[in-house]
Amino acid sequence: MLLLAFALVLVGGVYTAVTPTTAQADSLASADPAKGADLFRTNCSTCHGTGAVGSDLAPSLIGVGAASVHFQVTTGRMPMQANAPQAEEKPPQFSEAEALDMAAYIASLGPGPEIPTAEQVDPALGSPANGMLLFRTNCAMCHNAVGAGGALSEGKYAPSLMDSTPTVIYEAMLTGPQSMPGFNDAILSPEEKRDVIAFLIEQREPQPGGLSLGSLGPVSEGLWVFVVGLGVLIGFSVWIGSRSS
Amino acid sequence: MTETSASGRSAATADPIVPKPVSGTVDYLDQRVGAASMIKGLARKIFPDHWSFLLGEIALYSFIVLLLSGIFLTMFFVPSMAEVHYPEDALPVTMQGIEMSEAFASTVYMSFHVRGGLLMRQIHHWAALLFVASMVIHMLRVFFTGAFRKPRELNYLVGFSMLILSLLAGLTGYSLPDDVLSGNGLRITDGVVKSIPIIGSYMSYMVFGGEFPGTDVIPRMFTLHILLIPGLILALVALHLFLVFWQKHTQYPGPGRTDKNVVGYPLFPVYMAKAGGFFFIVFGVLALMGGIMSINAVWNYGPFDPALVSAGAQPDWYMLFLEGSLRLMPGQPEFVILGWTLSLNVLIPAVVLPGLLFTFLGAYPFIERAVTKDMGEHHVLDRPRNTATRTSLGAAFLSVFIVLLIAGSNDLVATHFGLSLNAITWALRVLIFVLPVVVFIITKRICLALQRKDREVVLHGHETGQVRRTADGKFYEVHQPLDEYERWIKVGHHVYRPLQLAAREDANGVRRPGGHLDNLRTSFSRFFYEDRVEPVTPTEIAAAHGNGHAEITEGEPTHAGELTSTGGTSR
Repeated sequence: MLLLAFALVLVGGVYTAVTPTTAQADSLASADPAKGADLFRTNCSTCHGTGAVGSDLAPSLIGVGAASVHFQVTTGRMPMQANAPQAEEKPPQFSEAEALDMAAYIASLGPGPEIPTAEQVDPALGSPANGMLLFRTNCAMCHNAVGAGGALSEGKYAPSLMDSTPTVIYEAMLTGPQSMPGFNDAILSPEEKRDVIAFLIEQREPQPGGLSLGSLGPVSEGLWVFVVGLGVLIGFSVWIGSRSS
Repeated sequence: MTETSASGRSAATADPIVPKPVSGTVDYLDQRVGAASMIKGLARKIFPDHWSFLLGEIALYSFIVLLLSGIFLTMFFVPSMAEVHYPEDALPVTMQGIEMSEAFASTVYMSFHVRGGLLMRQIHHWAALLFVASMVIHMLRVFFTGAFRKPRELNYLVGFSMLILSLLAGLTGYSLPDDVLSGNGLRITDGVVKSIPIIGSYMSYMVFGGEFPGTDVIPRMFTLHILLIPGLILALVALHLFLVFWQKHTQYPGPGRTDKNVVGYPLFPVYMAKAGGFFFIVFGVLALMGGIMSINAVWNYGPFDPALVSAGAQPDWYMLFLEGSLRLMPGQPEFVILGWTLSLNVLIPAVVLPGLLFTFLGAYPFIERAVTKDMGEHHVLDRPRNTATRTSLGAAFLSVFIVLLIAGSNDLVATHFGLSLNAITWALRVLIFVLPVVVFIITKRICLALQRKDREVVLHGHETGQVRRTADGKFYEVHQPLDEYERWIKVGHHVYRPLQLAAREDANGVRRPGGHLDNLRTSFSRFFYEDRVEPVTPTEIAAAHGNGHAEITEGEPTHAGELTSTGGTSR
């Protein structure tokens, strides 16, 4: 009963947490492509070329769609900070409105994946159980069983999904940024993508067992048994040992 | 009636002896099983005292916690691989309606719907990790202090067997919930078994009752995990403790402590209180960990499916070294010879390497005995610095183990320290060969340096930091001489010398007994004991004192007698 009440409160909490994102995503229609073109020229064209046709340094953005731009810019991956194995997530350099302006500009150059609607990414409408099945078949080998992230080759990595917004998760699946393969609607239908989001949001609830220890599995558990378990008990041993005489 | 008994009680309190219920029970037992003489002997048994002697107790108590929590878990766990669907109305929501084995379903259901079920599971798992961890630390203590020497070689082997059994207990228990991670572990076990030449595939079929995963393995693991292995461990625990009683506990070197006595406190009341209290501390810490720290959240991994593996899939820490050696091994050396596949890429890291490591660990007491030819009993422990080669070998062994642990968690090292996975793997491939050699050399030099420091302190006393000037202008630092208690610890140890091979033929032309093994033995002995620092002899102390230990100036020769090659034990 208590658990049920707990679950209800959490679902409600998640719903309210998600609502603002949906409000933002809706406003692509009100974005200004001309302003986006200005922003693009000033901030992106050095690498992506004027008119987003690409250069030796960076690919053409014609046809990548609004979803890709929104993903890269709102997570701070673009503009790219350094020539690292992969573009790092960092505090976004542009406001949501500016990102949408640029997204509208790129979308105007050629058709591509669109930013999902609020309903498409609403975790309350998805099935976490089906999402679990889909996630572990398609995503867990890089992103870890619950989306805590994992290593790839040569310094690349699959980032943690614990703090990503549902919209960003959806856009990533749709566009396949960097090393990630794209999951178009023929591979994962929009409903299935929503199930995956529902599963991932479910993982953010407090762990039933207590501190999650990073959800990293046996290695972190082993580290903590030495640090906490043996550490504390050796401390007690020394204390008991010193109490003899 | 009440009045009489009340007056009787008041009479008893006037006479301050044991209360009647206690004395009555003791008397009852004494008349029937002779409890008094038994307790008299046990209660007065003397045990030496040191905090490091409690490490083994941590293992013992976590084992008791394992038994207690394990009994609870068997009440709710269903060891079956029959297919079921998780109830639609049961938590967690991520599992509702999913097809899974009964073993997995009962584990998840127990965690969410049995009162205290998750707590018990977590206590059990933390206790398992702590059990092996404390065993390993206890074994390190025994190794580095030389507690395995005669007469305790057999008890060392008993402990070693318990370590192996606890690894098996961990492996079988870890596989029971039938989640993806445990299934991955079983698949690796299957691969390792199959890599054994010729008999491998047949053995795999035997273990799994057919092709992996089959439907037999979990019931089989269950029987091993709750019946056979704990039974064996329990029997060995009894033997281990009996031998500790029988052979008496070792003691650290200290004033008045020799191989012929035991200096310490009686079992009752000192150790009864300490050990009893410590049990509750261990239980308390484990309960706290089980209560607040999540461990093996199997619903995160989901039910086993042979097609799946997630990032960060690793075994529990005590199996991580195997995972590490598999991750380090390049994949190429796999050969097909006349239709038979020889998978050296699995055989070497998963069978040969652990075989070598464990053989070294189990055989070490016998190796050392062979190179010292020491027949005497040893009840006083070594200070690790005084057995430089043993300490360095142990440190080198540990460095290999730690390299393997890091290799087993290379993906987490990569993400958490922003490194390249490939670079880590290559660095560790080199380090696993280079590091033990480097660690051996450095540790040995540190040990010998500490021994020299001991010599110097014994001969000249502690530095006080006071510099004095004499009337004629000479400066000297005042040294505080050691009291004889401290000196005992620093000079009391035995130093072995390399075994000498006698001449091939004696004066009468008779060949000496012994074969080619003697050559090997002496060269090993030379490896162990060629570099050594002799402890200070009474003569040297007398000489130093005659010199005036408080007035030794810098630059005066302080190495007299060091590295001499004559003389026997100095005590």
